[in-house]
Amino acid sequence: MADVIAYAEMRDGTLRPVARETVSAARVLADELGGNVVAVALGGPGSADAARELAGYGADRILTAENEAFANYDPDSAVRAIESIAGDMSPVAIVFPASAQGKDLSARVAGRLDRSLASEVTEFDVEDGSIVVTRPVYAGKAYARLRFRETPALISLRPNVFPVVKKQGAGVAEALDLEPGEVRTRVSGIEGGSRERLDVREADVVVAGGRGMQAPEHWKMLDDLVDALGPQATLGASRAVVDAGWRPHGEQVGQTGKVVSPSLYFAIGISGAIQHLAGMQTANVIVAVNKDPEAPIFSVANYGIVGDAFEVVPRLTEEIRTLRDSGG
Amino acid sequence: MNSIVCIKRVPDSEARIRVAADGRSIDPSGVKFDMNEYDKYAIEEAIQRREAAGDGQVTVITVGGDEARETLRQALAMGADDAVLLRADVSLDGLPIARALADEIRGRPFDLLLFGKQAIDDDGMQVPAMVSELLGLPCATVVVSLQIENGRAIARREIEGGHEVVEFELPGVIAAQKGLNEPRYPSLKGIMAAKKKPLEEKDVALVDGGLELVGLTGPPARPEPQIVGEGAEAVPELVRRLRQEVKVL
Repeated sequence: MADVIAYAEMRDGTLRPVARETVSAARVLADELGGNVVAVALGGPGSADAARELAGYGADRILTAENEAFANYDPDSAVRAIESIAGDMSPVAIVFPASAQGKDLSARVAGRLDRSLASEVTEFDVEDGSIVVTRPVYAGKAYARLRFRETPALISLRPNVFPVVKKQGAGVAEALDLEPGEVRTRVSGIEGGSRERLDVREADVVVAGGRGMQAPEHWKMLDDLVDALGPQATLGASRAVVDAGWRPHGEQVGQTGKVVSPSLYFAIGISGAIQHLAGMQTANVIVAVNKDPEAPIFSVANYGIVGDAFEVVPRLTEEIRTLRDSGG
Repeated sequence: MNSIVCIKRVPDSEARIRVAADGRSIDPSGVKFDMNEYDKYAIEEAIQRREAAGDGQVTVITVGGDEARETLRQALAMGADDAVLLRADVSLDGLPIARALADEIRGRPFDLLLFGKQAIDDDGMQVPAMVSELLGLPCATVVVSLQIENGRAIARREIEGGHEVVEFELPGVIAAQKGLNEPRYPSLKGIMAAKKKPLEEKDVALVDGGLELVGLTGPPARPEPQIVGEGAEAVPELVRRLRQEVKVL
C-alpha cells in the first residue's frame, strides 16, 4: 500500500494550525500515490475528539492517543508511536510540519528508523514512482531538488507554504494502544507562551522592524500596525535590532533567525542585508519602507515607499483601520 | 564535565550564493567560509561548563574536507582541548553525517554532546536529534538556556510563542540556539595555544542515505520592484495596490 502518515501536531489537546496543512498536503501526496492518509495525533484530554476534524482535510484513518501525559510534547512516546505504526503498515511517506515540535520529532524518527529526512520542504512530486522534493538551502539563497530512493520518505513541510484544503476522507477514528513509557526526554512545562501574537513563521502577515526604527520604544507604532492588520499578523525583526537587544530573538527574520513565507511582509526601516533577504524573499508580497532609496530591500520589494517610517507607518495604520472599519 | 561538540564549516551568512555550472553544487569563488554561527554557542557552553567544574575535556568533531581543519583550530583557539576531523565528502543528506558522528562518539565518555541547532548551509536541523536516537540518548533541540544540577539537565527550548522546559539525565544531547550564552572570540594566546593542541584526522566512508541530489537552482525571481512614492502621501496608493493588484488586504 502507498499510505502516507501525517503527524497532526497538537498543543493542550487542540490541533495546531499546521496540523491541517500537514494533513492536506499528505492527502495530495497520497492521491498521487494511490494510498490512504493516516493521521497520528497525540494529545491531552479532549485531543481524540479534536482530531476527528482531520477527516475534513482528507484523513482516512485518525489514530489518536489521549493521555494527560501527552498534553505536553512527549518526544519519546511520539517516536515510539510512529515507529510502531510505520512498522505495521510500511508507509511510503511520513509527513511532519516543520514547526518547532515537528522538526524535533521528525529528526528523532529519522534516527530511530535510520531513514533520511528532507526538512522544510516547499514542493513535492511523484516522478517514476519515487518522491521528489524541493527544499531551500542556504536560507533560500538556493533550492535543492532531492529524490528519495527508499521508503518511507521522511518529510517536514515548511509552515505557511502548503494550503489547507477541505476534502473529505474516510475518517475512521481509532485509539492507539499507547501508554507513556520510558521517557528519556521529559517536557515538564511551557513557559511564556504569550499567545497574543502568532509566531513569525506561522503568521500570514509580518510587520518587521529594523535599525531605521531608531529605538525600542518606537515599536509601539509597529504594534499598532499589527493590531490594525488583525489576528493573522505578527511582529518580526532584523538581526541588527535583535543583536542590539531591542527585540527578542524569536522575532528575528533571516538566515540566522527564522525563514518566513507570509502572504504579506512589511520591512520597515530594514536596509536588507543578504542574510535578511534570504529569510523573507519567499514572502508572496513584500512592502518596504525606507529613507534610503538605494537600500537593497527595495530590490526584492513588490512595493516600496521611500520615506520616514515615523510618518509612513502611522498613516498606513490609519488607512488600514479605516479599511477594516468599512468592512473592506 | 566532559563535552563533545560537533561543528561545521559553512559559508558566512553574508555570502552571496551562486549555483555552480554543474547545477549540483555552489560556486565557492569569492565565498567566505566560517564556523557555523550556532556551533559557537555550543562550544562556549562546553567551555563554560568545564571552567565551572574545574576539570574536564572539550572535544570538537567535524565531518568535512581538509579545509575544515581551520574551523577545528578556531574551536581549539576558543578553548576546546582536542579535535577530530572525520574526512569525507559531505552531501545534503543529514543521515550519513549523523551515522558517522554517532560511530565516532559511541564509546567515548562524555556528559554533554553539543551541536549548533542548525547548519546554515543545508539548514537541515536534523543531525543532533538523529545522533541522539542513534546513540539512545535524551536530547533537547533549539536550547536557549541550560541548568545542570546533580547530573540532571533542565533546558529551555524555543517553540512558537514561548519556551518548553525539557528535563533529562546526563549524558544527553543539546542543540544550541542563539541566546544560550555569549560566545568568546579567540584570544591571541588561545590562537597560539591551538596550534599545539591535538587534532586527529581520519578518513571515513559515508554510507549513502536515502536522498539523492537531483539538482540545485537559484531562488525564484521576484517581481519587478515598484516604488509607489515618497512619504506618507504615498500610503493611500500603496493600500490601493495591495487591495486591487495583489489582493492581500
